[in-house]
Amino acid sequence: MTEQHGTVRLQSSLARVRGMGSAKGGTHHWWMQRVTSIALLPLTIWFVFAVAGHTGSTHAEMVTWMARPLNAVLLLSFVLISFHHAAAGMQVIIEDYVRGEMRMFLILAVKAACWILALVSALAVLRIAI
Amino acid sequence: MATFTLPKNSTIQTGKTYKAEPGAKNVKSFKIYRWDPDTGENPRYDTYELDLDKCGPMVLDALIKIKNETDTTLTFRRSCREGICGSCAMNIDGMNTLACLKPIEDVKKADVRITPLPHMPVVKDLVPDLSQIYAQLRSIEPWLKSDTAPPPDSERLQSKEERAKLDGLWECILCFCCSTSCPSYWWNGDRYLGPAVLLQAYRWIADSRDERTGERLDNLEDPFRLYRCHTIMNCTATCPKGLNPAQAIGNIKQMMVERQG
Repeated sequence: MTEQHGTVRLQSSLARVRGMGSAKGGTHHWWMQRVTSIALLPLTIWFVFAVAGHTGSTHAEMVTWMARPLNAVLLLSFVLISFHHAAAGMQVIIEDYVRGEMRMFLILAVKAACWILALVSALAVLRIAI
Repeated sequence: MATFTLPKNSTIQTGKTYKAEPGAKNVKSFKIYRWDPDTGENPRYDTYELDLDKCGPMVLDALIKIKNETDTTLTFRRSCREGICGSCAMNIDGMNTLACLKPIEDVKKADVRITPLPHMPVVKDLVPDLSQIYAQLRSIEPWLKSDTAPPPDSERLQSKEERAKLDGLWECILCFCCSTSCPSYWWNGDRYLGPAVLLQAYRWIADSRDERTGERLDNLEDPFRLYRCHTIMNCTATCPKGLNPAQAIGNIKQMMVERQG
């Protein structure tokens, strides 16, 4: 049976299953998860090789590399898409396992954290690049 | 939170053992989940030893033999004994399947462990309460919906290609082995429709004679009803009819994206 939340429920199974109806959403979230994961494939490979290639570089060399327009754009894309993907993925995990008011609270907390981290990272890249 | 352990009154204890008759040579033991709502006791595993030389080849034959000859209180659903009614769906040796289609000799372990379909309320022994999943099936309205009047003198026609789209869908017998094998259905079965019901939904979405495809998709457009499917694929792995519910769900998701642009 469904969770009782401490109250007696004499509703029919059909009424409970139909519930509040369809949310008329979810496709965009699911599709963006797929699109961002595909975008992250080349971006992550580029990022790992680029950073590994800088082993032993000085701070000045690293900053110069980041300031190049192409590198800055790719870095910004990597950072923003990564956090978008992370927030979407964690939302799914929370929806899977957490119930009640905590569900919405945690989703909003995760989204806030990802937003802030994404903006901080983007600002860091921009300050070096501009 | 999703619960990962059994509540105290659901932990399974060791029950009775019914020995095979002396002189039996080909003995196999069946460890069967027993729970009686009237006693207030915890569920238990009873062990029944059977002489396979005097038993039919399938697990259902063994269950019927036990009920007929050893323990008449053993409760389970069965009807057609040939994989078309879906009544004898249960978990055998860790896998959901139909007892009538599962050969005893396929189980290599010493005990054939039999439990009800996972994560469903139990009515008694191997009988799960399916009232919610039946309501979910009803909620997707599994019947032809058409506003165009049928031809007065013939059936509604389909081309061979249109009819072929229903292959792999119409064969589903609604045993619910797939839905009850799905972790996503375990955790969110109150809102997620599960593979069996989504395959049925797709069976009508894919039917060229149906005229309410958009309405059907609208009703599934929901983070829980449809998108709790994370392509875990337990459904396809366990289906005793060899169908592919995960593919049907994938096709629904594809149509959801397709109709957006």
